[in-house]
Amino acid sequence: MPGQTETVTVTTAAGALLLTAVLIVWRRELRAMVLLLTCQGVALAALPIIEGMQRAEAGLVSIGLVVLTLRAAVLPLVLARLVTAHSTARREGRPVIGTVASLLVTALLIVLSFAMARPIQRLADGTDAPAVGMVLAVVFIALFTMATRRRALSQAVGFLMLDNGITGIAFLLTSGVPVIVELGASLDVLFVTLVLGLLGRALQRTFGDTDTHRLRELRD
Amino acid sequence: MSGLPLLVAAAQAAGVLLAAPWVIGVMRQVHARLQGRVGAGIGQPWRDLRKRMRKQQIRPTGTTVVFLIAPAVIAGSALLVAAVAPLITTESALDPIADLFAVVGLLLIGTVALSLAGLDTGTAFGGMGSSRAIMIAALVEPTLLLAVFALSIPAGSSNLGAIVSTTARDPAQILTVPGALAFVALIIVIVAETGRLPVDNPSTHLELTMIHEAMELEYAGPRLALMEWAGGMRLTVLLALLANLFFPWGIAEPGAGALAVLVAAGAIAAKVAVLACMLAAAEVFMAKLRLFRVPELLAGSFLLALMAVGTSSLLLPAGG
Repeated sequence: MPGQTETVTVTTAAGALLLTAVLIVWRRELRAMVLLLTCQGVALAALPIIEGMQRAEAGLVSIGLVVLTLRAAVLPLVLARLVTAHSTARREGRPVIGTVASLLVTALLIVLSFAMARPIQRLADGTDAPAVGMVLAVVFIALFTMATRRRALSQAVGFLMLDNGITGIAFLLTSGVPVIVELGASLDVLFVTLVLGLLGRALQRTFGDTDTHRLRELRD
Repeated sequence: MSGLPLLVAAAQAAGVLLAAPWVIGVMRQVHARLQGRVGAGIGQPWRDLRKRMRKQQIRPTGTTVVFLIAPAVIAGSALLVAAVAPLITTESALDPIADLFAVVGLLLIGTVALSLAGLDTGTAFGGMGSSRAIMIAALVEPTLLLAVFALSIPAGSSNLGAIVSTTARDPAQILTVPGALAFVALIIVIVAETGRLPVDNPSTHLELTMIHEAMELEYAGPRLALMEWAGGMRLTVLLALLANLFFPWGIAEPGAGALAVLVAAGAIAAKVAVLACMLAAAEVFMAKLRLFRVPELLAGSFLLALMAVGTSSLLLPAGG
C-alpha cells in the first residue's frame, strides 16, 4: 500500500518537526538551538518533497528544495554568524520560566493542539490528518518560546520555528501553496531574520549582550 | 498446557536471579575496557556476593523491622516482576492481573521499601538518599506508565504480554513516531529507575551526589549482598522488558513447545547482553548530571512519553 507508507513518512516528518521544537525548548545552548532549527528545516522540506514525489509533481518538489535551501542552510547560517558574534553569551541565561515548568507547559500545549486538530482533521481529506496536530503544536510551542526567552537570538529561533509551523500546516492542509506565495513568504522570513540579526548586533554593541529586557527603558 | 506457563515463569525468575550478577559484571567489564583498564572479569559480582554472604549479620542499633525486611521485599518484588513479565513467553502464569500497572506497582514497592530502609537507619545520608530517591521515583513512575501506554494503544490492552505479541506480529509499528518517542522516554526512565549515569553514579560513594548508595550505606554482609543482587535483578528485568517491548523477535507465543521456549530464552539472554553492553558503552561518555538538573531530564522524558501517547492516539483512527 503506497498510500499507507506515504502517510507514515509524512507523520514521521511531522513528528520530527515537533520533536525538534520540544528539544529547542529543552536545550539552552544557542549553538544547539541553531542546529536543531536546521534539523527542523530539513523535516519541513521533507513534507512537500514526499508529497511531490508521491504525486510526481515537479512543482512541489522544487518548492521543497527552495524550502530546504532557505530553512536548512541560509537561515541557520545567518543565525550561526550571530552566535559567533556573541562571544560572551553562548547560552540562554536565566530563563523567564524554568526548564521543568516550560517542558510541562509544552506538554499542555501539545495535548491542547492535538485536541484542536481533531475538527481540522475532519475538514482535511484525511490522508495526512495525524500530522496536522503535531505541526499545530509546533506553532504553539514557537509562540511560547518567543514569549519566554530573553535573548534576541532565542526569540529569532522561536520566530523561525513559528514560521516553520505555519508553512508546515499550509503544506499539510492545502497540499502545497502556489510557488509565488511560498517564495514571497520565504523572502519575508529571510528579511525578518536579517533585521533581527542586525537588531541583535546593535543590542550587542550597545549593551554587551542581547537580553531584550534591557529595551524596557528609554535611553538617549 | 497449564503446567508449561508455570514452569516458564519459574524459569524466568531463576534466569533473572542467576543472570543479574553477570549483567552487572558485563557492564563493569565494558566500562573498564573502554576506560583502558583490564577489569575484574564478568564473574566479579558473583564473587562479591559469595564473599558477602559468608559474612556475619550486622544490625545497626535503633533500626526496626523495616530495615531488616527491606532487602527481601526488594528482591521479592523484582523476582515477581521477572516471573510475570513477558520475558520468554507472552503467556504469563498470572495472565489476567499481570498487566502494566501491576508491574510498575511492584517496581515501586521495591523503591519504597529501599527508601523506608534508608530513613529507618536515622542517619543523615540515609535520609538524604531516600528523599532524593522518592523525588526521582515520583517523576519516573508516571513516565514509565505513559511510555508503555503509547505501545498499549495499538495493542488495545494494558497487558504486557498482549502488547509484546502485537509488536511481534507487526514490527513496523516500532518505527513510527510514537514507537521511537516511547523508546527514548523508556530508556531515560530505566536509567533513572536503576540509578545509573547520568542520574546516579553506581560506582562511587561520593557523599553529596549519591542516591542509591546512600540508602544502602548502613547495610553489610548478607543483607548488602541481597540488596545489590536485587538492584541487579531490577536492571536485568527492565532491560529484558525494554528488549521485548521493542524488539520481540524470538519470543515464544502461547502454546509453543519446549524448543520454542528454549530459543526464546536464548534470544532474551542475547538481547539483554547487547543492551547492557550498549548502555555501559554509552555511560562511559557521560558525566553525572547535577541533582537539580535531573528533574529537567525526567520532565523531558515525561514530555516525550506524553507525545508518544498523543501521537499514538492520533494515529489510531488513520490506522484502522
